Amino acid sequence: MTVQTGRPDMIEFKDVQKHYGDYHALRGITATIRAGEFFSLLGPSGCGKTTLLRTIAGFEGISSGAVMIDGRNMADVPANQRPTNMVFQSYAIFPHLTVAENVGFGLRKDPRSKEDKAKAVVEALDMVGLKGFGNRAAHALSGGQRQRVALARALILKPKVLLLDEPLSALDKKMREQMQVELIRLQRQVGITFILVTHDQEEALVMSDRIAVMFDGEIAQLDDPETLYRKPASRRVANFIGTMNFLPAQILSETADMIELEAPGFGRFSVKPDQSAGKKGDEPTAVGFRPETLTILFDDQKPVAREAQATVEEVVYYGDMTYYDIRLDGAPVAMRLSMRNVPGRPVLDIGARARVAWSAEALVLFR
Amino acid sequence: MMKGGGFKIYAFVYLLFLYAPIVLLPIFAFNNAAIIAFPLSGFTTKWFEILWVEPQLWVAAQNSLIVGVSTSILSTTLGVFAARASTRYAFPGKGGIIGMIMLPLVLPEIILAVALLVLLLGIGIPLSLFTVTLGHVLVCTPFSIAILSAAFQSLDKSLEEASYDLGENAITTFWLVILPLVMPGIISSLLITFTISLDEFIMAFFLAGTDTTLPVYIFSQFRFPKSVPVIMALGTILVLLSITLLSIAEYFRRRGIAKSGGSDTGGFL
Repeated sequence: MTVQTGRPDMIEFKDVQKHYGDYHALRGITATIRAGEFFSLLGPSGCGKTTLLRTIAGFEGISSGAVMIDGRNMADVPANQRPTNMVFQSYAIFPHLTVAENVGFGLRKDPRSKEDKAKAVVEALDMVGLKGFGNRAAHALSGGQRQRVALARALILKPKVLLLDEPLSALDKKMREQMQVELIRLQRQVGITFILVTHDQEEALVMSDRIAVMFDGEIAQLDDPETLYRKPASRRVANFIGTMNFLPAQILSETADMIELEAPGFGRFSVKPDQSAGKKGDEPTAVGFRPETLTILFDDQKPVAREAQATVEEVVYYGDMTYYDIRLDGAPVAMRLSMRNVPGRPVLDIGARARVAWSAEALVLFR
Repeated sequence: MMKGGGFKIYAFVYLLFLYAPIVLLPIFAFNNAAIIAFPLSGFTTKWFEILWVEPQLWVAAQNSLIVGVSTSILSTTLGVFAARASTRYAFPGKGGIIGMIMLPLVLPEIILAVALLVLLLGIGIPLSLFTVTLGHVLVCTPFSIAILSAAFQSLDKSLEEASYDLGENAITTFWLVILPLVMPGIISSLLITFTISLDEFIMAFFLAGTDTTLPVYIFSQFRFPKSVPVIMALGTILVLLSITLLSIAEYFRRRGIAKSGGSDTGGFL
């Protein structure tokens, strides 16, 4: 994860609205994507993320607002003249052409000589790890290979922006994880702005410099992965990215630099005002925390300042990790806690009593 | 009895009933007797020789060829437009419109033929091969649409978008991507509509005027008992031609499916 500052804007959305009849697909999207950034549009299906991507490609018109690419308004620019290329969810490999013909498809109007174009195709195939696949029939490729052909076909045109529409969703888990790493490597190598659409929060966290989380046609939060995970702006974002526990809490007092709270199991404590999630919801006040911010203390470990008593209600063993559902004494619901399995630290049984260390700094206040 | 034995016998009888008459065609086409009856009385090719020098037959064959080729090209062209529209675009009344186009498949052909005849006479268009072709296009277009819809349906929309994305426009996309991918369907449609037109009788009988097509010629020859073996010979040639054309059509249809990576879900053969 690198800090992206001082880079010029590549894409700018200015109050982009999109209606399909009565359906309001995009409700005023305003955001900028920087040049050379790996940017993700993350959200559940139907949130408008693919629609937004397609407005960049030019496959989808907008009802009002503006989409700018590299400072130029795209309103009158058709898809085939935009400085973008797309990797489709289905890969859209032309089945009647060979791999090399697929990769070279976009070079038809390129003024270079036939030999130079052939060389470019070979280089592009090399870049995506398909050396020597040029003469293969496209319809005989595996899913992962199609994906690479689609990447080579798009990148050979050296677009300003590469659009990826759920490119990994059709692959199995192993292949997906491998391609995630390769995509990051490829993006660093070519330095092109990548915009990824995904519904997989883990994929977005792994790959992106910044992520826009979308719900119901709006951007709910736009941040780098760490901020998104540590400081979600709303309960909805918190629930969508990873697991977030919500413990009901009561505000006792509030000053400019301290908020005093009381919560069952945790007792009295205080948080800083910047730990408060931005939006005020209708739901009762609660403090949120991630499973890994709680730690079970074993008998040989010394007491710590912030310690709560709890009962283990459920144990889920993952090999490297164990997930526990624990009930803090006095809490109305169980909280999820994760522990790394290290030698000498036994996995607890259901019903066991446990001392749990927590920290007020890791809490997010939702109210 | 073996499991399912009853069904096997049923299937055998069924196929026998379907194909026995067709098997009789070549048998009597090569039988050295003017009367169609067993026992057979020796091998001959003279019926084919008579056929070869029959001038009326050649005229009828030529007429059928003209009508068949025109029909297959016209109905396939119309089929391409209709199939493209029905698979790619949503428009009000789409179901009803496609239903109307497909209706000739189930309407009694004789009703269509009579209705067309009345209409053509009413507006003063003289009966000719042109009017036969009109009738055949009406009958064949639904077949074209059925075949071509399958071809267009299996075309992933993102292939077109990918082509635009890579810099091509609507015309070059059609030429470089859509046409090559639906070409097997188009060839299949051309061959099948040609075959249908070739042995279509009712439309040709009502709408031909003085220009007879092959089926009408065959029907007219049955009045003369001595020319029945000649018709058997002609029938043999037509059956072989039909089977060949349909096999080629089916080959192209399957190749189209294999090319686009889909799996086969039926067809004519």
